[in-house]
Amino acid sequence: MERVIEFMHLATWLLLAAALGFAFYRLVKGPSLPDRVVALELLASLTVGVIAAYVLRSGKVVLLDVAMVLALTAFLAAVGFARYLEQGASQHD
Amino acid sequence: MTDLFAALLQLLGAGFMLIAALGLYRMPDLLTRMHATTKAGVLGAGLMLLGLLFLHPEVHTAVRVIAIVGFTVLTAPIAAHVIGRAGYFSGVALWEGTIKDELKGRYDSENHTLASSDDSTPESVATSKPEQEIVNP
Repeated sequence: MERVIEFMHLATWLLLAAALGFAFYRLVKGPSLPDRVVALELLASLTVGVIAAYVLRSGKVVLLDVAMVLALTAFLAAVGFARYLEQGASQHD
Repeated sequence: MTDLFAALLQLLGAGFMLIAALGLYRMPDLLTRMHATTKAGVLGAGLMLLGLLFLHPEVHTAVRVIAIVGFTVLTAPIAAHVIGRAGYFSGVALWEGTIKDELKGRYDSENHTLASSDDSTPESVATSKPEQEIVNP
């Protein structure tokens, strides 16, 4: 039982790491600025997941505040980037 | 038992997040990428936080988890809509296999007005000038 749970935690970390890698690839490579903004938003969401996984292991519930602020600022960043794009910044990505 | 359930929920959430990232990596254009990340990403984060709640069922954890999940569920569609709109108007190319783009030719991106019928669009006015005069009276 203990070993199964340990394995599941390890698998969770591995899946999150792979997801972070894919999202980071799109952030670097993404052909246009909106692609990068989408990748950035997914990275923030993935980081919330990483924090959740870490809190489950360590019991440091205080870190959930960080996840909350991260979710808030990711939304604000997305809206800000969208406004910047609509002002006609498509040439400068 | 609660341990196992929490770990299972977190594994499931991480799986959904991996699916979201794979969609972001593999999909061909902006709108399809967004379609993958917005839905699967929110579901993945929600499942992972829910798994956390099963292992730490205290009030202060529950309040934070509900706040994060509720806020994400509320704002992710808005953010996706805003980015998709900005991407469309800033001229990001659609996938070449796209078979339907209903805004094309009907939307004036200068003053943001939508023409309701086909024959008032600039393109069809230019291409079907003779028919225009028959239809209008």
